[in-house]
Amino acid sequence: MQRRIFVRNSAFALVTMGLSPTFLRRTALGMELPRAAKGKVLICLFQRGAADALNVVVPHGDRSYYALRPAIAIAPPVRSAGGAGAIDLDGFFGLHPALAPLKPLWDRGLLAPIHAVGSPSATRSHFDAQDYMESATPDNKGTSDGWLNRYLATSRTCEACTPTPFRAVAMTPQTPRVLQGSAPTVAMNSVAEFTVRSGGTQAAELEALYRTGSADLIHGTGTEMFEAVRMLRAANPQRYQPEHGAEYPASQFGQRLLSIAQLIKAGVGLEVAFADMGGWDTHVNQGGATGQLAQRLSDFGASIAALTTDLGDRMQDVVILTMSEFGRMARQNGNGGTDHGHAGAMFVIGGSVKGQKVHGRWPGLAPEQLYEGRDLALTTDFRAVFAEVASKHLGAIGIEALFPGFAPGSLPGVLG
Amino acid sequence: MRRFAPLVALVIAGCSNAPHRTSSPMPANTAAAPRTQTADQQGVHALSRLTFGARPGDLERLRAMGVDRWIDEQLHPERIDDTKAEAWAGQFEVVQRTAAQLEGEYQNPGALVNQLAARNNGGLTREDSAQLRQARQNLRRIAEEVQVSHVGRALLSERQLQEVMTDFWLNHFTVFAGKGIREQFYLADYENRVIRPNALGRFRDVLGAVAKSPAMLFYLDNWESAADSARPRLVNVNAPAVRRAVQQRFPEVANPKSPAAQQLQRRVRAGLNENYGRELLELHTLGVDGGYTQQDVINAARALTGWTIAGPRQGGGFQFAAYMHDAGEKTLLGHTMRAGRGIEDGEELLDIVARHPSTARFIAFKLARRFVSDTPSAALVERAAATFTRTDGDIREVLRTIITSPEFFARESYRAKVKTPFEVVLSALRALNAQPDKTPRTAQLIAGLGQPVFGHQTPDGWPETGEKWMGTGAILNRINFGLVLASGRVPGANPMTFPGVDMLRQAPRDQQVDAVVGAFLGGDVSSVTRSVLLTGKNPLLDAAGGAPTATPPADEPMMMPPATPPANAQPAAPPANVMPGAPGALPPAMRPAQQFAQARANAPLPPLRGLAQVLGLALGSPEFQRR
Repeated sequence: MQRRIFVRNSAFALVTMGLSPTFLRRTALGMELPRAAKGKVLICLFQRGAADALNVVVPHGDRSYYALRPAIAIAPPVRSAGGAGAIDLDGFFGLHPALAPLKPLWDRGLLAPIHAVGSPSATRSHFDAQDYMESATPDNKGTSDGWLNRYLATSRTCEACTPTPFRAVAMTPQTPRVLQGSAPTVAMNSVAEFTVRSGGTQAAELEALYRTGSADLIHGTGTEMFEAVRMLRAANPQRYQPEHGAEYPASQFGQRLLSIAQLIKAGVGLEVAFADMGGWDTHVNQGGATGQLAQRLSDFGASIAALTTDLGDRMQDVVILTMSEFGRMARQNGNGGTDHGHAGAMFVIGGSVKGQKVHGRWPGLAPEQLYEGRDLALTTDFRAVFAEVASKHLGAIGIEALFPGFAPGSLPGVLG
Repeated sequence: MRRFAPLVALVIAGCSNAPHRTSSPMPANTAAAPRTQTADQQGVHALSRLTFGARPGDLERLRAMGVDRWIDEQLHPERIDDTKAEAWAGQFEVVQRTAAQLEGEYQNPGALVNQLAARNNGGLTREDSAQLRQARQNLRRIAEEVQVSHVGRALLSERQLQEVMTDFWLNHFTVFAGKGIREQFYLADYENRVIRPNALGRFRDVLGAVAKSPAMLFYLDNWESAADSARPRLVNVNAPAVRRAVQQRFPEVANPKSPAAQQLQRRVRAGLNENYGRELLELHTLGVDGGYTQQDVINAARALTGWTIAGPRQGGGFQFAAYMHDAGEKTLLGHTMRAGRGIEDGEELLDIVARHPSTARFIAFKLARRFVSDTPSAALVERAAATFTRTDGDIREVLRTIITSPEFFARESYRAKVKTPFEVVLSALRALNAQPDKTPRTAQLIAGLGQPVFGHQTPDGWPETGEKWMGTGAILNRINFGLVLASGRVPGANPMTFPGVDMLRQAPRDQQVDAVVGAFLGGDVSSVTRSVLLTGKNPLLDAAGGAPTATPPADEPMMMPPATPPANAQPAAPPANVMPGAPGALPPAMRPAQQFAQARANAPLPPLRGLAQVLGLALGSPEFQRR
């Protein structure tokens, strides 16, 4: 915010001096079009509302799990009848049965779950915890930008690549916290909707309105938008057919992942994509193998599976990273649900992951092992995962600047 | 800011004779600094901030009264006749009836399907299906009436500041329509009986009304929060009278041995739910840095155990259920509540947090941010907080401190706020003097811009600051909304209704531009914008000798969705994998943007010409995005 004000004022001052506005606005606002690097893509998926990690990646080998959750636990795989039990991964952990579409990814070594991962902050506030995870600065509310935007702003760009406004895209109505910051990003509901619906010449006239006048938040955002519309139209992603028999769910989340696949294949230089999904705040009646949480997971799993199928061999250059602001209480509450907890689980999916292994040290669920006597304890800082993905997958340098105040020590080793 | 200094000085010098004062009573603490907006700007500014947008003639009426008298009048909505808006909203059943009445009258389709299935061993007869269909239709109508009555009243009401404050509190104490089916029965009651009557009243009153509202009790789960099993209770849960009361509260549980009955028994037997206790402190009163601990959260939740919703057969509405209440001793924010008390625990909790200094600052900050700028000065927040404390939370007076302040009328505050999608749509409709839409289509337009009514899922409410609303996709949607409206595709909003339009149609372009700028942009745009509206050309680029880059390619798609779905279009079905009542199950009126996407292929938009073209450009202009 402070930076924006500064550049706005300096840009305005230069405009009044009669210099070229086009040149000026792009540089003074820091809006030089970025250049996508290296053909690698990171897709971050946020489960807003705190997904119940213990019922997502189920520790069926931990005896305490069943004692803590008499009504909502996922049955162990050996006793599963008709798909009601966990889908076994390694004899100790299993996937929720609604995540069956992800099992083939595990079998092919493309899926790396991480357990007991999350924020070291003790907060149980959704808003603070999402803020901390998106800014990647736990317990520091003063961070103005999101970590993905920080990556975009600080990483070396590829001078030989074509400039693109679609280097970073959020499939959300508004720019999410994680992509807010000085580097330009684009937010949209879908590729299909991303056009000025003018039957005449109004698009050009409207663009003129935004290219003139003072260089501020609205003018700058508008100018970016017109650039972006033009570029996307040239790539013609409107006639899109998913490949390899991929079937995306008709849900909002499924359709947003479809749009991300469209952008990747359109070759518009996408490097960082983001989408989110709500409905994880299951305080009441979350259900077990079926029910509320199962329905969210079913959409979540089928959408991700469709995306990986659709992308096919391109998954060699793609990493999908899922996250949620914290986990939920180890013990079920009085309403057949779970209250806000601490550590959670993440998925890292892609051709370069160390698959067929549930990563992260398991802290156990016995009473003395629980965080504050109630929640899954934390053994992996989420920033260590972010740092590994940023450095190994995207080739980011300067991890210290990307995650201020964080010394990763050894990386979790999720990527090869 | 240094670069701006000479400019600011010039502006101040240029309008030193402009600020005028009336004889209205002014709080002493605002008299110190001058207003740096011109008199003309003050009128435009007050209308843009304290209403959902100026209608034709509003600015002239305000100027005739004087801005301070007009503000004082708006601060006293009870003195403003609002028959028209009352009558319009009053035609809807959801406005006429209370939450309890609606819940008593209409069957909950979610509960009904279980009941019917249990009666027939899981199968449904043809009569059952018809009954279920009827229940779903009723629910859909209720959900639509909630949206339609909300938007229509905001459009029509003469008590605009009360409507803006209703919007503020509905967002501060936000609830979510997709929380579950029952929430639909509660929303209009919440807006009309809980929030609006208290919108300019005392903070403790609105806080207390919210705490007892079915809408909030349901949204943040407090209706189900009971003492943990280790805690003492006011009434023994195993007593027969209590058992009966439990069964009465949940009439769908006919058989005490049924799984549903046993589940309910378990719920009532044990289970503190911290959700409301936490958000009460974090979001409703003290603020996240307001100085409370996790133990305070737990004890707030304990104090509120038993604050629940009566079953329909018991008359519905708020109920204090002693058998759920944790009667142990509690300490909270330095206060001790002795053991053995009942509802007074919760009342005392609300007294404590309503009068906490952190609450005064938090509410003052949020109001200043809403009405003045995204980054209100600490001095203004401090003065408003002092008013809050001095008047024991009199919202009208806190608001008066803010909206009569030099900061409010400072030049830097003019057009400093970015409109929310709700404000974009409402200000356009009001400028056109549009009549309210009895269908949910206007509400769908607002949802399409990213702000469905009662559609914010998390308890923090919609964002208040401009950068949160100004995404690249967001600005594209706004521009497209302007084009849709200018094409005459927004129901109830004929774009050719503003004053003098008949003469204007054939008038020269410059007169059309003046009229549109007057009606939609407060009569005030930069010469650059005016020039673009006149010529459609980019003067700076031309002056610099650069080629315009904005020319669309020849293959520009000529397709444009109507705001109105085709007559045979079915309302979008809920996603198959979302259960009724599960979080995320939004009523049709709130599913954002689908109507934009669905109708693209079959609804070409004719190119805009003449006055409509000027209007489309004005609605899509940067100035129109601000207030």
